[in-house]
Amino acid sequence: MTEAARTEPLLRVRGLEGWYGESHVLHGIDFDVHEGEVVTLLGRNGAGKTSTLLGIMGILPRRAGSVTFEGVETIGMQPRQIARQGIAICPEERGIFSSLSVEENLMLPPRIKDGGLSVERIYDLFPNLRERRRSQGTKLSGGEQQMLAIARILRTGSRLLLLDEPTEGLAPVIVQQIGHTIGALKSEGFTIVLVEQNFRFAASVADRHHVVEQGRVIDVIPNAELDANMDKLHGYLGV
Amino acid sequence: MFDLLGISPQVLMGQLLLGLINGSFYAVLSLGLAVIFGLLNIINFAHGALYMMGAFVAWMLLSYLGVGYWWALILSPLIVGVFGIVLERTMLSRLYKLDHLYGLLLTFGLALIIQGLFRNYYGISGLPYQIPEALSGGQNLGFMFLPNYRAWVVAASAVVCFGTWFMIEKTRLGAYLRAATENPVLVGAFGINVPLMIMLTYGFGVALAGFAGVLAAPIYSVNPNMGADLIIVVFAVVVIGGMGSIMGAILTGYVLGLVEGLTRVFYPEGSAVVIFVIMAIVLLIKPEGLFGKAA
Ligand SMILES: Nc1ncnc2c1ncn2[C@@H]1O[C@H](COP(=O)(O)OP(=O)(O)O)[C@@H](O)[C@H]1O
Ligand SMILES: [Mg+2]
Repeated sequence: MTEAARTEPLLRVRGLEGWYGESHVLHGIDFDVHEGEVVTLLGRNGAGKTSTLLGIMGILPRRAGSVTFEGVETIGMQPRQIARQGIAICPEERGIFSSLSVEENLMLPPRIKDGGLSVERIYDLFPNLRERRRSQGTKLSGGEQQMLAIARILRTGSRLLLLDEPTEGLAPVIVQQIGHTIGALKSEGFTIVLVEQNFRFAASVADRHHVVEQGRVIDVIPNAELDANMDKLHGYLGV
Repeated sequence: MFDLLGISPQVLMGQLLLGLINGSFYAVLSLGLAVIFGLLNIINFAHGALYMMGAFVAWMLLSYLGVGYWWALILSPLIVGVFGIVLERTMLSRLYKLDHLYGLLLTFGLALIIQGLFRNYYGISGLPYQIPEALSGGQNLGFMFLPNYRAWVVAASAVVCFGTWFMIEKTRLGAYLRAATENPVLVGAFGINVPLMIMLTYGFGVALAGFAGVLAAPIYSVNPNMGADLIIVVFAVVVIGGMGSIMGAILTGYVLGLVEGLTRVFYPEGSAVVIFVIMAIVLLIKPEGLFGKAA
């Protein structure tokens, strides 16, 4: 038994199924995330990565199976109750509010628990946001909006962060900056589920990768074994 | 200068004041509609009936319980607000996932029922409500006579409009409201109780209507139809201003009240239709309204 398997996982997903109306998109997702880990969900477009995060958060219109967080079953809870357990999402479309200033966007998610980052610490991590805190949220560049979307969930005290493709469509230098940020968050003890298409980026930040295909996790690859599994992974991702 | 046009300054100022009073009611009512529409996506056709209810509750408080104007100014909006919350919990909350049309039909039906009930019990002749002692009389400004109560209506509605605008645009609570208007799902996923906010917002929006009703009680007679007459104009105001903006709803309300007053001076025959003419023009040129965001 490995070290990780002996302790209770922070997040435990078992047989998670999900639907949009009649359309059945998750067919039994299984994976565990332990305290302090960064894990990825990799997979082609439409594989069900975003839906998995929405399923964990309770936003998916209909879901079944089991999602426990700190040992508590959340499958019957409303999204706001799940958030209050200490899970926070940075959505794929970023969800920056145009009628709110940068600072209002940052301050929007309420504090759930103690132990979140202070606003000063957040502005130190993202100096651009401090400079532009009076601007309208959606006037920021794409990269700045992405940083804002990550920054605002760090204040809340949530220990599990769900990040949906934070590097999508961003310039390499900004991707690098987000990589550093994720590294910094990991060393602060945050637990992160990261959805990625860019697996070179994923390899630079994660402990373990879960390959999602047609609404199932079909393979799990520890980051240390990534090189040995490169051909297989290329096959899964079709790159 | 006025004499050239054959209009005395007294007439002009008098009509402008009347326009400002009407504009005050348009502003408070269209503000409530805009707040409700923003978060609930419901066009609250019951707004006029709830305004009428605000006036009636003030009248009932006085006639049955001896509770005077100043208390009524607080109690009546509270009572109307709680009534609105009951409507929201029991009926409106079932419609949020459906098309706007359902909310409009339901609230229209509710308006007819509420008005019908009051008409049944109180008739349509109208009940008098005295101007409170402290606000009777008026000021002679030299160029015109300004009744104190009318000055109070203008001031009170301006304060309420400004306070509401400030709360929505400048406070933490307002930021929740604006965010939930844009993306309620995400706001809920941050742990905020959006259904509670929706309920309180509807309560607040209709309490504004109730407040306007109390302000109106001493000016217009308290009458079951008073809301039905007014709400048609207020809807035109909302269409002109556009549903999207709080400040837009307020400004459009005041400006159109004044425009109506000026029309009464220069072209009295047109005063009843001028707002609808403007509405038609705005719909042709900028269908989303002057302050609205293009859909
Ligand atoms: N809002 C939606 N309504 C209906 N089907 C959806 C919706 N969002 C995603 N889907 C479908 O669900 C499947 C999984 O999508 P998604 O979870 O977004 O994949 P990924 O994030 O891996 O690209 C796809 O087939 C997609 O078409
Ligand atoms: Mg996705």
